[in-house]
Amino acid sequence: MSHKDFLDIVSLDKEEIIHLLDQAVPFKELFTRSVKKVPALKGKTVLMLFYEPSTRTLSSFEVAAKRLSADVTIFDVPSSSVTKGESVRDTIDTLQAMRADYIVVRHRLAGQAAAIARQTGASVINAGDGAHAHPTQALLDAFTLREVFPKMEGRRVLIAGDILHSRVARSTSTMFDKLGVEVAFCGPGSLVPKTKFPRFTDFDEAMKWGPDVVYLLRVQKERQDAAFYPSDREYHSVYGITDERLKRLSDAGVYIMHPGPINRGVELCDAVLDYERCLISQQVENGIAARMAVLFALKPQIKNS
Amino acid sequence: MSLVMDPSAIESAIGRLGDLIYGEYGEGAVHLVGIRSRGDEVAERVFEVLRKKGVEVRLGVLDISLYRDDYEHLSSNPTLQSSAIDFPVDDARVVLVDDVIFTGRTIRAALDALFDYGRPARVDLAVLVDRGHREIPVEPRFVGERLETERMDRVDVSLEKTDGKDSVEIIKN
Repeated sequence: MSHKDFLDIVSLDKEEIIHLLDQAVPFKELFTRSVKKVPALKGKTVLMLFYEPSTRTLSSFEVAAKRLSADVTIFDVPSSSVTKGESVRDTIDTLQAMRADYIVVRHRLAGQAAAIARQTGASVINAGDGAHAHPTQALLDAFTLREVFPKMEGRRVLIAGDILHSRVARSTSTMFDKLGVEVAFCGPGSLVPKTKFPRFTDFDEAMKWGPDVVYLLRVQKERQDAAFYPSDREYHSVYGITDERLKRLSDAGVYIMHPGPINRGVELCDAVLDYERCLISQQVENGIAARMAVLFALKPQIKNS
Repeated sequence: MSLVMDPSAIESAIGRLGDLIYGEYGEGAVHLVGIRSRGDEVAERVFEVLRKKGVEVRLGVLDISLYRDDYEHLSSNPTLQSSAIDFPVDDARVVLVDDVIFTGRTIRAALDALFDYGRPARVDLAVLVDRGHREIPVEPRFVGERLETERMDRVDVSLEKTDGKDSVEIIKN
């Protein structure tokens, strides 16, 4: 695999995805050593360009880059010249002069990471662009699923919540689909678009579909311009994992995933976090390994003369 | 292309490595760490020789892909495989094992990788074949076979488990 950029899952074939999943395994093994760092990207610069607030994705990429010995610069957008009216294009020209080898981009507009990738020889990694894609999340989700079910084909994942606004739902469902995992969506009718996947608006009905994993999405309050559901409490009782539903999931041996950050009392109750088949913290750890695999696989096209 | 080592020559080179390591370390504990790929198979076979002599020997595998110094010149990055060192490296007597030593750069990378696992008491180097042309000051203590080669020659080592046959060939350029 010798791609310059990592922008979405759609443009990867199954073989490339499997290769990345395989590559993440030895990276994860490094985490049990006392020295967790390797010199693979020594002397390389990774620039984090986050136009949207993010704590976990940003820190996950930062840890991943540092464990590969890269130098990391965080371009703190709210306090930078962007708020003084500089365009993304001008910002990139400025950053070019810093000779970054890798640029990790998060932006509220779909397609922004791809636009930046066309403008620079640096390898661009999409860390979330609007409701379009979040490919490293999809990779870590597939990696986590494979740890639980080494043979993923035919396993069923129910993605529940605000599908409409979710780039995670989009990238992760595409990823699972490419790997032969069956996907269904569940959520309020107003938040579940019609796609090729089975669509449920009743959680208990969706459970009859027989999922191996329930993948909960975060209710994205900041991305909703209109009220799609009446209240947090109502959302929880209709679509959230309540204590009573958790009991049923437990009896059926169903795993729970969530991309974080979680809204307690909305998409899940407190008890989920102590549930033995809750994979949320495993997802966080795997995120670092998956992002190391992506950084290591890309080939920047920078001329060093 | 010329065949320079056949299966029996390889078998005796492996035996020689076992004898040399035994001569140096006696029956005290020794940890063989094979470098992927093929160094691991050489290490496994030397391990068997030492075990039969009653040596307390442990086996590990090292993938040095993340420690190479030539990424910039590769069109795509190497495929990474698992390393497996399941004994404490701290204060251990370690023998790094590889199939061929050439420039010495692989061994430099392997030393860096090994030291990220801990601080060994002592490290030696065993190679099945020494083909010369070192670029850095690294020399093996234990050598199975020395081969005269030109700088531009390619030395192809095939081993039973990895490649389905035992042979060493020199390909002239």
